[in-house]
Amino acid sequence: MPQTDADAVAGQRDGNSEAFQALVERHSRAVFRLAHRMTGNPDDADDVVQETFLKAYKQLSRFESRANFSTWLHRIAVNCSIDLIRSRPHRESGHDTADLEQFGAAAKPAGSGGASPERLMLSSEVQSRITEAMSALSRMERAAFVLRHFEGRSIDEISRSLGLKTNATKHSIFRAVRKMRTALEPLIVTDDAATRMHVEHR
Amino acid sequence: MTMHLQDDELILHYYGEADAPAESRTTQHLGECTECRTSYTRLQRVLDAVDEASVVAPALPDGFEHTVWARLQPALQTARPGWRSWVVLAPAHLALAAAVVVLVAGAFFAGRLFPRETAVPATQSAATPAQVRERILLVDLSDHLDRSQMVLVELVSAEGTGAVDISSERARAEQLIAANRLYRQTAAETGDAGVSDLLDELERVLIDVAASPEEMSAVDLTDVQRRIESRGLLFKVRVIASEVRQRQKSAVQQRPGQRS
Repeated sequence: MPQTDADAVAGQRDGNSEAFQALVERHSRAVFRLAHRMTGNPDDADDVVQETFLKAYKQLSRFESRANFSTWLHRIAVNCSIDLIRSRPHRESGHDTADLEQFGAAAKPAGSGGASPERLMLSSEVQSRITEAMSALSRMERAAFVLRHFEGRSIDEISRSLGLKTNATKHSIFRAVRKMRTALEPLIVTDDAATRMHVEHR
Repeated sequence: MTMHLQDDELILHYYGEADAPAESRTTQHLGECTECRTSYTRLQRVLDAVDEASVVAPALPDGFEHTVWARLQPALQTARPGWRSWVVLAPAHLALAAAVVVLVAGAFFAGRLFPRETAVPATQSAATPAQVRERILLVDLSDHLDRSQMVLVELVSAEGTGAVDISSERARAEQLIAANRLYRQTAAETGDAGVSDLLDELERVLIDVAASPEEMSAVDLTDVQRRIESRGLLFKVRVIASEVRQRQKSAVQQRPGQRS
């Protein structure tokens, strides 16, 4: 089994059939996580994983050995996710803002005295609220938000990738951020107040 | 002081996506307005929290990588990497390619120099390529279903209280996945939904078995057996195998020039 990605790529080019297997086994989990973040659906993420490695295999001759394999693969995975999202019929499966307001109102205030904001940020409650809020996004909102927020792509670039008008992309991002705020603000704002009180009482 | 900033303006400001005049106005307003600054700080905290916590993907089973590879392998066999790299970068392949060319050329010239002694009757050679392909596919599919059936039968009848050795079934399942995927795709492309659905179900079980350890716990084995039995998979495989054999017979009987 090749030690590094560079060894595996070189091995694959020399006709070593085990070399590509090593790359698949090393990176498939990371590709799945990225694809799941983009598509929000494990079955779709599975398809993206397959497509990503198939494309990588076909395009390996174009890969520059000096480049980072995982970065290159990451880019292919993002593009495969976009292709999949665009190929599916446009269905808005996300909840509307009213649902989310209810969801946000149900969030228990996490103002247990003494908990620092840093600790709260990492708490499983925040984590699970983010996961729920992400799954409440529609397909396009999720894709646009992930590309802007996590992948750092510009709105113009996202519009081109997703085949949307600039305004539609902006509104997808606005809606996604609004849903995130509705879900998370009760936790975070309460924590702000708790922290202030904690500091004032010292 | 101008009107308060809208949420959308704050979002564009956070991502650095506001155009120059809007950006300048937003920055100036945030410097002057405590209310908008508080609102922006909250937005920052929410989005920073999203950033830090990331998004949780579902837990992946052990052996996920092997499953990915098992599903991918058949597709890789038909999708070779770019020919340029294949030829340029692999001298061993170059020698192999040369050998193939020599063999093909040799066969071609041998055929020309030594014509066949007996001519093939015109009626026998009249089968269309599509018919020939279908006959080959049916023979192969029938064989594939028989072999899959054997694996399923062995798994269903395996028993044990501790770890059960399924290394043989596992190895065969691994080999069957590649062919199964091709048959499933072909069946789907030709609109044969019955066969395609069955092969889809079969593939899921084969993948699970291929991704299992060589020694399976009694609990896991029971789980696999339950999956096979609850879906009536074994029965369905038998029915489709029998239908395929029937189609195979019909295809042979319809061979051009052959009397029934």
